[in-house]
Formats: sequence, C-alpha cells, structure tokens
Amino acid sequence: MSLLTINDLTVEFPTRRKLFTAVDHVDLSVEPGEIHGLVGESGAGKSTIGAAIMGLLDRPGRIASGTIKLSGDQISGIDAEAMRGLRGKKISMIFQDPLTSLNPLFTVREQLVETIQAHLGGSDSEANKRARDLIDRVGIPDPDARLDQYPHQFSGGMRQRVVIALALCTEPDVIIADEPTTALDVSVQAQILDLIKELATERQVGVILITHDMGVIADTTDKVTVMYAGKVVESGPTSQVMGQPTHEYTKSLIAAVPRPTLKLHRFPQISYGGRETRFAIEDMARHWPKVDNDTSKPVFEIRNLTKKFLQKRGLLPWDRTYFTAVDDVSFDIRAGEVFGVVGESGSGKSTVARMIAGLYPVDGGTITFEGQTVSDLTNKAALDAYRKNIQMIFQDPYSSLNPRMRVDEIVAEPIRHHKLMDGADIKRRVDELLDQVGLGHEAGLKYPHEFSGGQRQRISIARALATQPRFLICDEPTSALDVSIQAQILNILKDLQEHLGLTLLFISHDLPVVRQMCDRVAVMKQGKVVELQETNDLFANPQTEYASELLRLMPKLDDLSTEGLNAET
Amino acid sequence: MFAYIVRRMFQSVIVLLVVGLVAFSMFRFVGDPIDNMLGQERTQADIDRLRTELGLDKPFPVQYFKFLQGAVQGNFGVSYRQGRPVSTIIAERAPATLELAFVSGFLAITMGIALGVFTAIRRQGVAANVIMTVSLIGVSLPTFLIGILLIYIFSVELDLLPSFGRGETVMIGNWSTGFLTSSGLKALILPAITLGLYQMTLIMRLVRSEMLEVLRADYVRFARARGLSDRVINFRHALKNTLVPVITITGLQLGSIIAFAIITETVFQWPGVGLLFINAIQFVDIPVMAAYLMLISVMFVTINLIVDLLYYAIDPRLRVDARAT
Amino acid sequence: MTDILDTPKAPEKSRFAKFWDGDFAWSFRHSPVAIVATLVVAILVLSAIFAPLIAPYNPFDPSSLNLMNGFTPPGTPNAFTQETFLLGTDDQGRDVFSTILYGMRVSLFVGASAVLLALIIGIVLGLVAAYFGGWIETLIMRVADVQLTFPAILVAMLIFGIAKGVTPPEYRDEMAIYVLIVAIALSDWVQFARVVRGAALVEKNKEYVQAARLIGRGSFPIMFRHILPNVLSPVLVIATISLALAIIAEATLSFLGVGAPPTQPSLGTLIRIGQGFLFSGEWWILFFPACTLLALALSVNLLGDWLRDALNPKLR
Repeated sequence: MSLLTINDLTVEFPTRRKLFTAVDHVDLSVEPGEIHGLVGESGAGKSTIGAAIMGLLDRPGRIASGTIKLSGDQISGIDAEAMRGLRGKKISMIFQDPLTSLNPLFTVREQLVETIQAHLGGSDSEANKRARDLIDRVGIPDPDARLDQYPHQFSGGMRQRVVIALALCTEPDVIIADEPTTALDVSVQAQILDLIKELATERQVGVILITHDMGVIADTTDKVTVMYAGKVVESGPTSQVMGQPTHEYTKSLIAAVPRPTLKLHRFPQISYGGRETRFAIEDMARHWPKVDNDTSKPVFEIRNLTKKFLQKRGLLPWDRTYFTAVDDVSFDIRAGEVFGVVGESGSGKSTVARMIAGLYPVDGGTITFEGQTVSDLTNKAALDAYRKNIQMIFQDPYSSLNPRMRVDEIVAEPIRHHKLMDGADIKRRVDELLDQVGLGHEAGLKYPHEFSGGQRQRISIARALATQPRFLICDEPTSALDVSIQAQILNILKDLQEHLGLTLLFISHDLPVVRQMCDRVAVMKQGKVVELQETNDLFANPQTEYASELLRLMPKLDDLSTEGLNAET
Repeated sequence: MFAYIVRRMFQSVIVLLVVGLVAFSMFRFVGDPIDNMLGQERTQADIDRLRTELGLDKPFPVQYFKFLQGAVQGNFGVSYRQGRPVSTIIAERAPATLELAFVSGFLAITMGIALGVFTAIRRQGVAANVIMTVSLIGVSLPTFLIGILLIYIFSVELDLLPSFGRGETVMIGNWSTGFLTSSGLKALILPAITLGLYQMTLIMRLVRSEMLEVLRADYVRFARARGLSDRVINFRHALKNTLVPVITITGLQLGSIIAFAIITETVFQWPGVGLLFINAIQFVDIPVMAAYLMLISVMFVTINLIVDLLYYAIDPRLRVDARAT
Repeated sequence: MTDILDTPKAPEKSRFAKFWDGDFAWSFRHSPVAIVATLVVAILVLSAIFAPLIAPYNPFDPSSLNLMNGFTPPGTPNAFTQETFLLGTDDQGRDVFSTILYGMRVSLFVGASAVLLALIIGIVLGLVAAYFGGWIETLIMRVADVQLTFPAILVAMLIFGIAKGVTPPEYRDEMAIYVLIVAIALSDWVQFARVVRGAALVEKNKEYVQAARLIGRGSFPIMFRHILPNVLSPVLVIATISLALAIIAEATLSFLGVGAPPTQPSLGTLIRIGQGFLFSGEWWILFFPACTLLALALSVNLLGDWLRDALNPKLR
C-alpha cells in the first residue's frame, strides 16, 4: 500500500462564465522516502493538487470527484477539524516564497515551539529542545543564537531552511513542496534540494515536489508526473520519462529545455497543441536598413563603470551609507554579437544594462557608443539620437506594457516620440510590425491584458523594433515565461541578430540559456566582472573558481532525451 | 532605540515650531489686535502704549520668538472677548474636554477593535454583515445628528439623561471632575456615546480590512498548513500583524476625538475647550484660537510619539537590525 | 499563460457590449445595494440641479413668504391660511420641501467642488512626490503628515476662521461658500496625495515606465499619460468616500455656524435652524433635512463601498 494515493481526482473552480476544471481525473501515488515530481507549465493544475491534498483549496474551488488516501485512510472530504489534526502532523507543506511564509513579528523559536506544542503537546523545555534540534538538522549554523532571531534577520536560503524545519516539526509522513526553490539563486537552490533529498531518505518521508523546472526534476526526483491542462499526460520513473518520453507533449517540453552541454542552432518549434506562431523575419529583414557589421570594432566600450545606491538615508552626508551595485566594470561589445552578462541576484548585471540604456545615471566611468561618449550626454537631440538606436526588452511581460494603453498606441509611441513618421504611415508601420511578430494587425485594437505572457513579449519586441534600433538590451527576457514560450522568444531573438544584424546585450541568471544565446559572456559577482570569455571556452574551461562553482551547481540535464534537437556545428 | 526616539522628538519639535508659526501668523496678521482690544474711544497714546506693550513694534522674528517664549510658559495673551488671560480660561475648561475624550476614546478603541476582529473572522456570518451595514449608517450619520437623536430619545422622550452641561463637578486641586458625582456621570453618558460612536465605526472598519488583508498573507496560509488552530492563527498571528497599521490610524483617530469634541460640546453645551474654540471662531477671538491650536498640537504630537514607541515595541523589523546572514 | 490553449476566437463585440459583459458591470448588475444607492444618488442630484423647476416655492423670495404660514405641520392645512405644505413649514413660513431642495444644491455644490479641488491638488502633488522623489517628496509628504495629524474638520474650521478674519464683514456671507470649498479641499487633499503617491511608487518601478523613459519620453508625459491612468481606480474609490465625507463636513461646519450662511442655507444650516424647534414639538423642521442628509451620505458611502470591492477583486 502506498503512503499517499490519489484516485481519479477532479478539482473544479466554478466561475461566473464557466466551470473551470483545474485538475482533471488525476491518479498519483507516493511511497515513503520517495520524491515524486509534479511538472508542467503554468496553469497545468500542479499546485492545485497540492492544495487539494492539504485541504487548502482557494475558494470557490472544490473536489468534484475522486479520493485522496493517506496510509489507506481517506482524507478528502473529511471535516475541517479532523483535517487540521492531519495538517502539520501527517502532511506538511513548503511554500515558494520564504520571504512571505514566515510571520515577521515572531521569532523562529516562537513559531517552532508553537507548532510543536500544537501537535505533540509536551512541556516548554521539550519543545524548545526539539526546536533546537530541528534548526540544527536543517543546517543553520549557530542554532542557539539564531533561534531567537526574527525572520527578517535571515537570508532567503536560510529562511527556506527555517520553513523546512517548521514543516518537519512533527515528523510528517508526507511533505508537499510547492516550487520550493523558484525564488532562490542557483547556488542556494542546489543546497535546499540536497537537504530535501537527504531528509526524504533519512526520515522516509514521501515528498511531492511541484515545479516547472525540468532541471530540478531531473536532478532531484525519483518519479515524475507530467501534467498538461489539468490532465496527467505521462508518469513513471524520472530517468525513463526524461530519457525516453512517449507522449508528444513531454517530448516537446523536453526538447524546449536549454542544455548546458549542447548548443543548438534553433530550438525545435513546439508542435503540441497546434499553436505555432509565425515570426516573419524575412519580411522584416526586407524593410530593414542594411547594416554592415564590422565585427572587429566594438559598438560599445564600457570603461570603469560604477554605480552606487543610497542604502541608508541621512540628513548629513556622513550619515549616509552607499551600496556599490556596480564596481569598476569594463568590457567591449562587438558589432553584431550577442554579449551575455550572467550572475546571481544582486550581482549588478541588471544595473549595468540599465546604465547602458540610460535609465540610471552613471556615478563613475564612461560608456562609449560608436566612438561617442554617451554617459554624460545632456543635449536632448543627441540623447534622442542615441535612444533611437538602443532598445530594451524587459523581464516581466505583465508589467512591461502599460495596461491602460491599447497595443497599437504602445507600439506607436516610440515612432511618434522620435517623429519618424506621421498620420497614416504610423498606422501602416504598426500594423506591419504586429503582423511580423506573428500577432496580426487586429491585435492593435486590444489591450495588453487580453494577451498571454508569450504574446505580450512579442508586443514588447514589436515596440522595441519600432525605431529600427541597432542595439537591443534583453534583461532576463524569458525568465518569467514557461519553457516552451521561452524557446519561441529565444528563437526570435536569434533571428533578429542573424537577419537584421542587431547587436544584443543579453542579461540572464540562467547558464544553459546563456550557453544557447551568447557569443561571449561576462560573469558578474558583487558588482564586479570576475570573468570574461568566449561562451564555449567558459563552459569548457572556466578560469575562476566562482565561474566553475556556478557551472558545477547548474542542473546537469544529461539524462534528458535529445530527440529532435539539432546541435550547432 | 535611543537615536530613534531622539529623531522622533526632533521631528516633533519642528512640527510644533511650524504650528506655532501658523498660530502666531494668525495672531499677528488676521485682523488688527489693537482694533480688537481697544474700544471705539481710543487715543493715539493708547494705541502706541498697547503696541509697545504687545511688542508689535518689534521685527517679526523677535515677535515670533517672544510668542514662543510666552507659549512655552503657557502665556497666550488675553482673550479679546472675555478680557481674561487665555491660559486661565483654558485651564478651567480643559478637564471637561479631557474627561469626555478619555471616556469616548476608550469606548471607541476597545469596542472598535473587538468588533473589527469579530467581523473579519466571521466574514460570512449574519451578525457580522448586520454590524457592517449598521456601521455604514454610522459613518454616514454626522456626529451632530447622532447627538441630537440621542438627546431627543433619552432626554426629551424618555427623560432619563440630561441633555446639556456636565452636571455637578468636584474640584480636585485645579481639576474639576465629573467622575465622582452621579449627576456628573449621567451627564457624561450621551456626549461620550455621541463622540465615541463615529470613531468606533471607523476603527472597526479599519481593523476589519487590515485583518482581512493579513488573513490572506502567505504566513497565515503556512500557519494553516502547519495545522495550527484557528484561534491561534486569528488571535496570535493575524491580530498582532493587524495591530501595526491599526496603531497608526488609531493614534490619528484619537487626535480627531479631540477635534470632534468641538461638535459634541456644541450639541450638548458641554463646557470644554471645544465649545470655547467654536465661540472664538465666531467672534474672531484670535488669542484663544491660537492657544487652542498650540494646545491640541502638543497633544497630537504626544500621541504620535506614543504611537511610534508602540510601533517600535511591536515590530521587530524596526527594533533589530536587518542583518541577513 | 494560456498560450497552451488556443481559445477559439470570439466574434468582435462593441466596446459597450464588452464593458457591459465585463466583471465590473456584472458586479454592478448583481448588487441590489449598488443599484439602489445609484438610483437614490441620481434622484437626489437631479432634484438638486432642477430645484428651481421642482420646488413649489422659492424660499429666498421674500415676497412669496407669509409669516402666517409659520410652523405648519406636514400635510395638514395651516390654521390661518388653509394652505397645505407637503413637509410643513419653518418658523418663517418657508416650505420645508423647497428649502431642502435648495439646501441640497448648496451641500452638493460645496461637496463636489471641494472633492474636485482636493483631487486635483492631491493627484498633482502625489504624482510629483512619487516620480521625482528626493527632497521634493520629503517636503510634500512631511507637510501631508503634519496636516494629517490635524483632523480635517479642525483644519477646515481654522481656515474658515482665518478667512473670516481677513475678509471684510460685508463680503463674509458672499464669500462663505467659496471659503468653505477651499477649507474642505485643503483639509482633504492629503489622502489623495498619499494614495496617489503610494500607487504611483508601485507603478513607477514597473517596466512599462522604464520602457517609456527608454523611448525618451519626458517626466510629465510619463507621469500623466502613463502612470496616472493606472492609479485612478483607488483614487475613484477614495473620491466617492470623500464626497460623502465632504458633504458631512460641510453640514457639520454649517451646523456649527461656521459654514454656509443663513442667506444660502445648506442642509447643515437647516438642521441648525431646526434644532431649536425640535424640543418644542416642531420636529419636521429638523427631521426632513436630516433624513435627506443621511440618505445622501449613506447612498454615496454604499456606492463607495461597493466600488472598492468591485475594483479590488481580491477582497471577494
């Protein structure tokens, strides 16, 4: 008998327009000591399964059919009081964001002791001792001192360890981890996943690991269930599902995952669900001004770039403290190349991009664009001329488009501002652009909220191309997107570089993506460039310890099927 | 901790100086004090004498400094209308207002928080919905109408409680209190309810919405997922987090109790500083207005300081350095 | 997010049909409270605007007044003149129904103008504070904080008192209404400024603002064209609730005798007049204006309450 068995589970959310079936006749079982991955793109219903097991479905969701059994006893549909007895005691949960899942006003000790006593009772000293052991077990150094600290005194990774300790308080049989590492840096992610693996084996806990990240699945789980639109499409031992996927969807999903070891010319177009969207690069190239990229000359020369942010305000100058986000950074970007900047959060990579884009003033050093120093431009005409040539694609497709503006207004804004055309010409140009990015010109009459994330990113691209720029800054352009959409957008960016001769600055935290996209890469750490190499050399032969550490912690993905991939020669 | 308090105090002093400047400018530029103080039969000599006496011949900053000096010692000059020192008049009237404000403030905070928590936890319940609807009527009823309504029911129709004045008072030192006589206590009931009701509804609605916000937070979901009981989640986790924003607004509300006392005192002819102030406005009795302004700004600043300290006590993020390791 | 499912294309609908079918209109159509409140507000506002056409008497025309008509109870004929008045008459023989219609005009005019003025000041200062930051923000928000410590009604009274001191007596009555508007507006702008600043600080860091800056748009186009439309929904809620508060504040000030003058009575002035007669049995002089005020304030508040829930779907 399995530890946790889900039989024919269906979860529905009645809305006023229609009945939305989030989980559709799903079967699942978890054994003790096993990590069972639940993978799928956003909206696949994987988190809903977690919530249904915990009896914490958001209103108005309900279990429409099926049963959930824990060690043979049915736990779905039991009354709230009995469910609460199980929660925390038999089943625990770990949430995505450690920043918000701890109560900021109570110390770690208070939260642990309270949970232990709620389920096990016992004296204060017993509970305290147990709390200390747990904090020690999840690998938080100096447990005695740290117990009495508040959550805000812990870093993100440490906080997630506290969350895990809380989930372990009462020796649960099952732990549901809902995207436990998505909010964390790669290096911290690896540690947390290791901890979960260890604990599962050591305590014979069954873990359901919900994630969208194929790398996490491949490295961590024993079994995997792939979901698509509320249904299970494939399930089995991880090595089998990842290595020899049988279902078309799983195949297409795996094919879209960027590999650290294999540089592709293009990602295979996802064919599942028949939603291939054309990107008319040839059309676009026909109307594009011809550029001759002299690859030997740099477009950008960045010298000793420095940026400080005020960390603590103070009335008097010596009361203020500054945080150096970018510290003496120098590099060149050559014409026509894709230049990558990679680093963990807080490394200053986005700040560099924003300084080049002119969004942040420069505190020290110079930025030179085609021989002209642009970091100290104040003349409006010269500044506008520079801006016409520089455009940017942002990370979050949900916030990078003004929700109150119509799509055609959004795309037309740069044309109008730079007075490149007027009247009917603008409309024609906007329609053309929307057609070319594959949305169709009727998209112009809609508002951004009517589009999905991938479509919005295409609108962003249309806006960026409206002034026919020479240089495109991409700041984590795909990190908010599902992997299949990411593949589409990355293909488009490659097309832009290849067919239009655009030079790209590509900022990312994701090494496999960088591997696919960039010709040369700068690795940043704490505001400094620690290593700058040709991409292939960096991955084959990192020069610094930091870079090799980053590469080591990267998910391996060696077991993933390589069906349908055409490596670059 | 110490630096925090000092900074707060420093800000308070600046606020008081600014309010003092406003009060003084009123004093100096609104109407002509000489006109106001001397009758029709005045001589140039009288005018000159008074000008020197009041220091009106000195430059503006000197006058402001003198005004501040006086204000610190509680000297705000002489009321145009009553011809007596403003400080004496206010000292006579203050106990009435403070007793009224204290009782209704206590009422408003305790009832407001209790009802707010109740309506948030029992969001779908019948009782909570009835309370919420009634509270909306409460917010829509101006204070003076509540007062008139209460007088009409309890004084005119039922003849249970007095409709005006403080009843008998007892002097304890310089403080005249109505707490010690039965007529004093009876006289306090209607004005206290009138004054407290509106504030109570505001506090209640605020506590409810903050609490609902907190109940949606991730850490509350996580607390549920750990199987803590509803009681612990509602009263330990949620309530404490609710208190942080609620304290600020409640502090501000206490301030407005003193201001709304003006209305209540007018309706009930309650002999406090509010009634004094409203009469001063009608007769453009600037010294009284200025003194009232200074007095309540001292009170507000004090309340704010207490609020900040409470904040500090509740929220560890202010107390402990954020040193992520 | 739904890239995966290619939803079949719905036929294009007109903008109105889209709006009518949208969540906002749907929540309105399914909220009896909101519908009734809207109806009440509409009736009251329309009857205030068309008061000269609806009111049977002009209460400010001395020639139409007959002192003999004084204290006529509602619905019963006057003992001397045999005239009947729907809601009775006051001490001077003025028709209470007509004075309410005219009084509501004053109340609504003052309330709406004050909110509008406060709205403009608040939006501009709030946006400027959020967008430019630095010392400008510190200055604006410090002033707002200090003013917030002082209850609105008190600030309004002070401004009224000062204005009374500086205007010559012969203009006081004429100016009173405008002084009242300014006084209420100046006591009310802070909350708009705070809400706008709060929302604008969030919007300012969104990437669409960065994108507009990257294009080269200037500060003011970004503030008013990009940020402003995105912060309007909380402002709308606050404005509705503020309207109720402004009407109440005006009534309160007038009741205290520091607002609308007897020559241009608002609902508050009428209640002030009526209060004197409540205890001698002429209840209707106070009762009907008070009911009108309550109906007005309550329905505006109900509307604001509904609006807040409808614009913030999270709360449901």
